[in-house]
Amino acid sequence: MDYIGIDIGSTAAKVVVRGAHPQQFILPTGWSSRETADNIRERLTAGGVCLSPDHSRTVATGYGRGNVPFADKMVTEITCHARAGAAHGSPDCTIIDVGGQDTKVIRIEGGMVSDFLMNDKCAAGTGKFLEIMANRLCVGLEELFALAAQGTPLAISALCTVFAESEVISCIGEGKPRADIAAGVVDSVASKVATLCSRQALLPDIYLTGGLCHSPYFISRLSDKLGRTVRALPDGHFAGALGASLLAERMK
Amino acid sequence: MIALPKNFETYPEARKAGFLRMKALKDQGQRVVGVFCSFVPTELIYAAGAIPIGLCAFTEEPIPAAEAHLPRNLCPLIKASYGFALTDTCPYFYFSDFIIGETTCDGKRKMFELLDEIKPTYVMQLPPSKVAPHALESWKAEMVRLRRQLEEFYGIEITDEAIREAIRRKNHERDVMLRFMELGKLNPAALSGYEIGTRLDASAFSFDLEERCNEIEARTREVLESWEKNVKGTESRRPRLLVTGCPNTGVRDKIIKAVEEMGADVVCFDACNGLRDKLRKVDETKPVMDALAEKYLDITCSVMSPNPQRLTDIGDMIDQYEVDGVIEIILQACHTYNIEAYEVKRYVTEQKGKAYLCLETDYSQADKGQIATRLGAFLEMLG
Repeated sequence: MDYIGIDIGSTAAKVVVRGAHPQQFILPTGWSSRETADNIRERLTAGGVCLSPDHSRTVATGYGRGNVPFADKMVTEITCHARAGAAHGSPDCTIIDVGGQDTKVIRIEGGMVSDFLMNDKCAAGTGKFLEIMANRLCVGLEELFALAAQGTPLAISALCTVFAESEVISCIGEGKPRADIAAGVVDSVASKVATLCSRQALLPDIYLTGGLCHSPYFISRLSDKLGRTVRALPDGHFAGALGASLLAERMK
Repeated sequence: MIALPKNFETYPEARKAGFLRMKALKDQGQRVVGVFCSFVPTELIYAAGAIPIGLCAFTEEPIPAAEAHLPRNLCPLIKASYGFALTDTCPYFYFSDFIIGETTCDGKRKMFELLDEIKPTYVMQLPPSKVAPHALESWKAEMVRLRRQLEEFYGIEITDEAIREAIRRKNHERDVMLRFMELGKLNPAALSGYEIGTRLDASAFSFDLEERCNEIEARTREVLESWEKNVKGTESRRPRLLVTGCPNTGVRDKIIKAVEEMGADVVCFDACNGLRDKLRKVDETKPVMDALAEKYLDITCSVMSPNPQRLTDIGDMIDQYEVDGVIEIILQACHTYNIEAYEVKRYVTEQKGKAYLCLETDYSQADKGQIATRLGAFLEMLG
């Protein structure tokens, strides 16, 4: 039996298989969730996974969860991240998921979600903000963090991504060092995520999930802002898919 | 002769019908007063031989027109109401003889100054708190002032007897509406929260009070009979939700309908289009102006500071309606509800041990997907 978790996010689609053919992979979501789901089906089949009900169960999550025709069930990414956090972090913890288009703070008690917050209709404090600013600075995300680590943060005070981009452009125009601008950008995201966190009582164990797990620099900035230790959840980029796979196993 | 708006011929059929219906009423000499808020004592309007019509608006359509005068970052209800007035597209505003506003929230208070340029707008000065002893006195003086305004506007005398009669009829209406909403106490649920809300909203446009009560009573009986026969004694695993906060009509599809389609039952509303002003009636034994002042100062809207009775009422509703979770709806830029949400959350989660979700939104469809994800996660959390 294979338990398949598929997390179609706004930027990347993540897949975790547990059971007879364990594997995990990631691919860009592209413009069509349906096409992404087809690609995932091909990758899974090539990896020896049989999608018939006798051999596998599939849970889909993420904003594209409604576009996975072979999924047995859809679950929101909040519940899936929580499930992964309880399994790979601890049964009582706070999960901070900085996603491509939204950021969530999830409180988990006794392995269950007891509260969650999401950012409101705004890209500030999300992966999208970093992506736009990295583009503007002509670097990739990893390079942005590497640059930022060498810089002194410039204040980027605009609350709106579009205006913050103008602020960055002004900084470029004034000939400010790229490293300082990059540090300012990361600082701005960390501040906004921390502000969202302040609206909920954080538990002692705090884990980061989502694409920014790979950046120790971001984690240290966020820890500083919160005055608390934030750790990356192991395989945190796959947290949604892992949670979905764990939920697939529990399905009757 | 009462004229229709200039652009009448371009209106869609449903809107034309609304205008013609109101015009027919006006042609018969019916007095019509436009109101916005449940703080306005409609008893006085009935006693003046007029009908009160609610002008709060719930659609996105007139908002761009309103934004020519009002800031974008303002409550959608205020913008929509003003936009309808500005564009002559609301038959109820158009055919109102005058408007009664009130100093409830800052947004409405200042909007009324602009509204007055379109149609005479009389504003009641509501005290921001009922704690001080003079609050009741000053509110009673406002009741007297409104009574005089109606008398002068229509050139009539309003007798105590007429007010007493209007109080009796309105109290009866409150009873009828309350009994309908109390169907929500039935477990498993007897009807959807979507129906409770839409039916109550629609009934407000049935202008004859008796007819309005008869319609709601008939539906109450019908639902109860069907529940006794088909549902009573069965088990339901659908979580039962209380909806609280700002007026929810404009976001009913996006939130209430959506969460019910996902498998929950909305059984109870702590809102001005819900139980809020139905729980306590006007005292029929007291002098009429005192009784009205007391009742209409005792509304648990977040504009009142402090507002502890709202929490007590929410607590009672959680118990009586066997509620599993609370969804708070905040309309964009409604500061008083938005701030009070912190207290509501603390009370619901810590004192009552129930789950709580707060959604801040407006009348647009832009956040439909995000809201669906939050509602989905909330239901998964309730298990």
